[in-house]
Amino acid sequence: MITAPISVPEREHYLNASYGLKSWLLTKDHKRIALLYLATITFFFFLGGLFAVMIRLELLTPEGDMVQSETYNKLFTMHGVNMVFFFLLPAIPAVLGNFLVPLMIGARDLAFPKLNLASWYIFTIGGLFTLYALLSGGVDTGWTFYTPYSTTYSNSFVIATAVGIFIAGFSSILTGLNFIVTIHRMRAPGLTWFRLPLFIWSHYAASLIMVLGTPVIAVTILLLAAERAFHIGIFDPALGGDPVLFQHLFWFYSHPAVYIMILPAMAVISELVAASARKRVYGYEFVAYASVAIAVFGFLVWGHHMFVSGQSVYAGLVFSVLSYLVAVPSAVKVFNWTATLHKGSIALETPMLYTFGFIGLFTIGGMTGLFLAALGLDVHVHDTYFVVAHFHYVMVGGTIMAYLGGLHYWWPKMTGRMYPEILAKLAALTVFIGFNLTFFPQFILGYLGMPRRYHAYPEEFQVLNVMSTAGASVLAVGYLLPMCYFIWSLRYGKVAADNPWGAVGLEWQTLSPPPVENFDEIPTVTHEAYDYVSLPNGSVTPKKEAHVR
Amino acid sequence: MRPSLPLFPEQASSFASEVDALYFFLVALTAFFSVLIGGLVVFFAIKYRRRKNSPPAVIEAEGIALELTWSIIPLIISLFIFVWGASLYFKGSRPPDDAAEVYAVGKQWMWKIQHMEGRREINELHVPVGRAVKLKMTSEDVIHSFFVPAFRTKADVLPGRYTTVWFKPEKAGAYHLFCAEYCGTKHSGMIGYVYAMEPNDYQNWLVGGTAEGTLAQRGEKLFQDLACTNCHKAEGTGRGPALAGIFGTRIQLEGGAKVLVDEEYIRESALNPTAKVALGYQPVMPTFQGLMTEEGLLSLIEYIKSIGPRKPSDAKSQK
Ligand code: HEM
Ligand SMILES: [Cu+2]
Repeated sequence: MITAPISVPEREHYLNASYGLKSWLLTKDHKRIALLYLATITFFFFLGGLFAVMIRLELLTPEGDMVQSETYNKLFTMHGVNMVFFFLLPAIPAVLGNFLVPLMIGARDLAFPKLNLASWYIFTIGGLFTLYALLSGGVDTGWTFYTPYSTTYSNSFVIATAVGIFIAGFSSILTGLNFIVTIHRMRAPGLTWFRLPLFIWSHYAASLIMVLGTPVIAVTILLLAAERAFHIGIFDPALGGDPVLFQHLFWFYSHPAVYIMILPAMAVISELVAASARKRVYGYEFVAYASVAIAVFGFLVWGHHMFVSGQSVYAGLVFSVLSYLVAVPSAVKVFNWTATLHKGSIALETPMLYTFGFIGLFTIGGMTGLFLAALGLDVHVHDTYFVVAHFHYVMVGGTIMAYLGGLHYWWPKMTGRMYPEILAKLAALTVFIGFNLTFFPQFILGYLGMPRRYHAYPEEFQVLNVMSTAGASVLAVGYLLPMCYFIWSLRYGKVAADNPWGAVGLEWQTLSPPPVENFDEIPTVTHEAYDYVSLPNGSVTPKKEAHVR
Repeated sequence: MRPSLPLFPEQASSFASEVDALYFFLVALTAFFSVLIGGLVVFFAIKYRRRKNSPPAVIEAEGIALELTWSIIPLIISLFIFVWGASLYFKGSRPPDDAAEVYAVGKQWMWKIQHMEGRREINELHVPVGRAVKLKMTSEDVIHSFFVPAFRTKADVLPGRYTTVWFKPEKAGAYHLFCAEYCGTKHSGMIGYVYAMEPNDYQNWLVGGTAEGTLAQRGEKLFQDLACTNCHKAEGTGRGPALAGIFGTRIQLEGGAKVLVDEEYIRESALNPTAKVALGYQPVMPTFQGLMTEEGLLSLIEYIKSIGPRKPSDAKSQK
């Protein structure tokens, strides 16, 4: 940790090119917009985290004694809504994607910079709606809004929350569109599809889902609101509707949405693996195609959330077998990342620690998906803590690990400062331990039969719940640490070199932080991504600052 | 309250050990792959970690063979799990013909159970050991889910339709009954116990309790109280068809279609009578929506089932 004040030579870059609130709120620079998103989703992350802490505290004892049932139900609902719609979905694409897509393809900005800024405003307005719902009393339907509870029975602020999600959805659609157009139209000369970093491939695949899937949840929310507000019978059988129809519509979006969360995470991991091992990602084409395969087939498996909903047995069979088919490309990616490490030259810095964490936890998360897709077994574990553990392994152990790894890796590029390495390693370790202690016991709880969304539970489940709560407090420390030292590093961090990792991506060929226009001169690409053989020091034009450990 | 750390639920039904076998297989598979991947990652990270003078990374030749291997092996394993899981699911969805039937109604926040022989209970379900039991379930309000971990079985309970779940208890005891689908404020209070009893004890239990008559008798009483008999005369001379013996048959509808008379159809006929009108009758039946509870409806169904065998010819002689 170097804390000595270092006088930064006053070079102009995107952070100091202009000053004042207005220069940020009206910026069209994708890099600044990325930071706006970073601030917004960090807020929602810690808000969601606060709810999680309260959930875990309530579950310390079997009795529902800390808060009332109504409150507990609102806590887990607001936790899920915040985390899914206002943190996990935008986290990697809107922050890292926004910052890096133009840099990685050698462009000066996204295709539609104003639309990009509009996306952030739309997202923020959606978030404010949800906050309003929260402050005026909260929602208690669960993040899944199952009907007819949500349309007819709940006395909470369902419509306000749903409208918030509806609005935020447009931001997702617009970001997806922006990425797709940018990736098609704005690649630097010589940057062919198969020279693209895998980060871009995965973001492209995720963008497809954002554009094609999000309208479905928007329509579903409108139908829900129509039934709740005007009693138009769509889902409630008492009004002539069909409650299972809602589940079909909801999961038709929300299953692909889990891939909006994981594909960008895989994007980050591919970059981190390659940079740490100084090697081309093994089986590049397979990893690239796997992203697209996941995006496409991900649209065909929604019914695996409904194996005990009363849908036909044959529908269950089809959804089950398709779920297994989608699992294969995910497995292929894990194998390829692992193979990339073979005979690499592996740097064990913080981003790599998160990458290890990701690979391990995603493997367990994905494998437990195989339990859930097994029809006869899902009958037992559906709607228990087993499912809760599964999706936290993939979303928290997967997506958040990748997000944090990526944030550390690109922090020098984004801010021009290094984070404190030792502290960061400690935090990574804390997150890993805290995570496993929190969520592993939940697999056991789930198989024992503890249903999810239970405010009170039978006594025999207490020990495992106490373990989980203890883990959550460790995890909380692990998440607070990076927030503190990242902020600290803005001022006191060691000044970062342009290419501190000696990586070959185009984003490392420009200055840290990059100039407003990203590149003084648009680079011409002559090599494939991760070509560490032709570019041994990681630089297209060798730079002195690049320190190689 | 001494701390206990259970790792595994009790096995109390015929499904339990079968579901657990698949579970253990998957646990072993997960352990194998996690250790393999995790082990390789750690091993490579240590062996190939970058040092002062360590050699640069070696780029191996990439062959399609390796990619195919690690695509096809997971595919085969996956399909194997699929078939295994699917066969369990099929069993779970096909109650044996001799299963004893029990009716359950879920409502915020309780389980109401009715036995054919007449006993009713709330948040408790008594069943005999060694005999398959089939539950016909519906909800009065939102979606609930009937879940007995010790039996490894679960099924959603929906308003407006009937779903079934079946199990065969194999060990006497008291087991948790949970509502597994979030259903509102007191969701976690919608719990109870399933008591699996030795057949003799069960028989004694069945005949105990207050004598309200069998479920079918209650249905018959309702049939008269609601004046269904005014039209559905036993002789078939009323404005509605005679109902004896129709359960389980296919009847002809106005407009040419045919329909199977099952629980779902009887329910619809009572609540939304003009949706499907039997051939030769006018759509004059009023709706009974709001005039009977879900439990009442179930007793009516049971009554209609009880009057007459499936062959309409000798239906009259029954009643
Ligand atoms: C590797 C392949 C995967 C398979 C086969 C799989 C399978 C499943 C199945 C069958 C369920 C439904 C379980 C139930 O409700 O009973 C489920 C739930 C879930 N999965 Fe996965 N999954 C996989 C990967 C992922 C990934 C990568 C994510 C997200 C990043 C994810 C997120 C979720 C979520 C959020 C739920 C639960 C939603 C809820 O009920 O609230 N899964 N998964
Ligand atoms: Cu899914």
